[in-house]
Amino acid sequence: MADIALNDTAPEPGFGDYVQLLKPRVMSLVVFTALVGLLVAPVPLHPVEAFAAILFIALGAGASGALNMWWDADIDAVMKRTMSRPIPAGRIEGGEALGLGLALSGISVVMLWLATNWVAAALLAFTIFFYAVVYSMGLKRLTPQNIVIGGAAGAFPPMIGWVCATGSVSIEAVLMFAIIFMWTPPHFWALALFMKEDYHKAGVPMLTVTHGRKSTRAHILAYTLALVPVCIWAALTSIGGPFTLAVAVVLNAIFVKGAVDIWRRDEVVSEADKYAVEKRVFRFSLLYLFLQFGAFLIEAALKSYGLGGW
Amino acid sequence: MVFKAPHEIYRRRFSRNLGVGILLVGFVALMFALTVVKVTRGDPLKGFDHTMEPVTTPLTQKVTQP
Repeated sequence: MADIALNDTAPEPGFGDYVQLLKPRVMSLVVFTALVGLLVAPVPLHPVEAFAAILFIALGAGASGALNMWWDADIDAVMKRTMSRPIPAGRIEGGEALGLGLALSGISVVMLWLATNWVAAALLAFTIFFYAVVYSMGLKRLTPQNIVIGGAAGAFPPMIGWVCATGSVSIEAVLMFAIIFMWTPPHFWALALFMKEDYHKAGVPMLTVTHGRKSTRAHILAYTLALVPVCIWAALTSIGGPFTLAVAVVLNAIFVKGAVDIWRRDEVVSEADKYAVEKRVFRFSLLYLFLQFGAFLIEAALKSYGLGGW
Repeated sequence: MVFKAPHEIYRRRFSRNLGVGILLVGFVALMFALTVVKVTRGDPLKGFDHTMEPVTTPLTQKVTQP
């Protein structure tokens, strides 16, 4: 009988529900890009400090994820892709997610400061603020450019990683930021093209809803083209080298080809093959970012053997 | 004697307690490691307001008595 009474009280979340609140998939991307930013920096960091830095950057990203889930619970409940998240599914209460998000924000910023330096901590604090307040609370429901602006939050981790090691922002850090910033719109708009009902139902002003799908296809191409010089420039700086440049040229050629394919298609053709090209470009965009940043890492490793770099 | 199978809620509660326990132990271990690294690196431990305290600087010349 006591069991029945327990079920009537507040939800009893498992540990995994809290982990889900921190958006572990986004976190994995943050860990990878921040690690690259930290490792390609010219100043070496002690392994323990580096580990702590990556951990607290990831924790900060998780905190902003929890705050985002708290604020967007109403949207998440409508969209098929997000309705099984802990808050809309009723496994965690909204207030608890807010508390966890705020607590982890504070812990991650203070600990990053203690582990590395205050500039990195300030950047992390700004990133959390930008994602939770500027993007989630402000622009996501107001403008179809939400993806462009929100992408900035996801672009900060490699810059924070760099600053953890060097203590200051430099052109290389800005270019790593710019790569993710320019990459995010085509990545998410390709997703929006084949997930159309979801955003429409939730009333989020995605470009596909406000400006139409033809315009979204043109936007994907424009941002993909704008991404090319950023990647080439990054490959020509101190973190690049012949290897990175070759990888950047090949990856960007494939990405631009995919964007042109998307731009040339219309809805009739896309519906006919169930958005095969859009899905292919979306999947490739993930690989693109992984390989682009992986190339920086390999270049840094080559340099330590006197092989890579300019 | 037959024992009733425990309710599923206890499994979730245990997973939460175990998770928090492991995190706390991990956090303490990380703090300890960070402290060891920072203390043993040899940064000046006393150097307030950008001014080194004489007691912390190595003695380079003999102090002459007046």
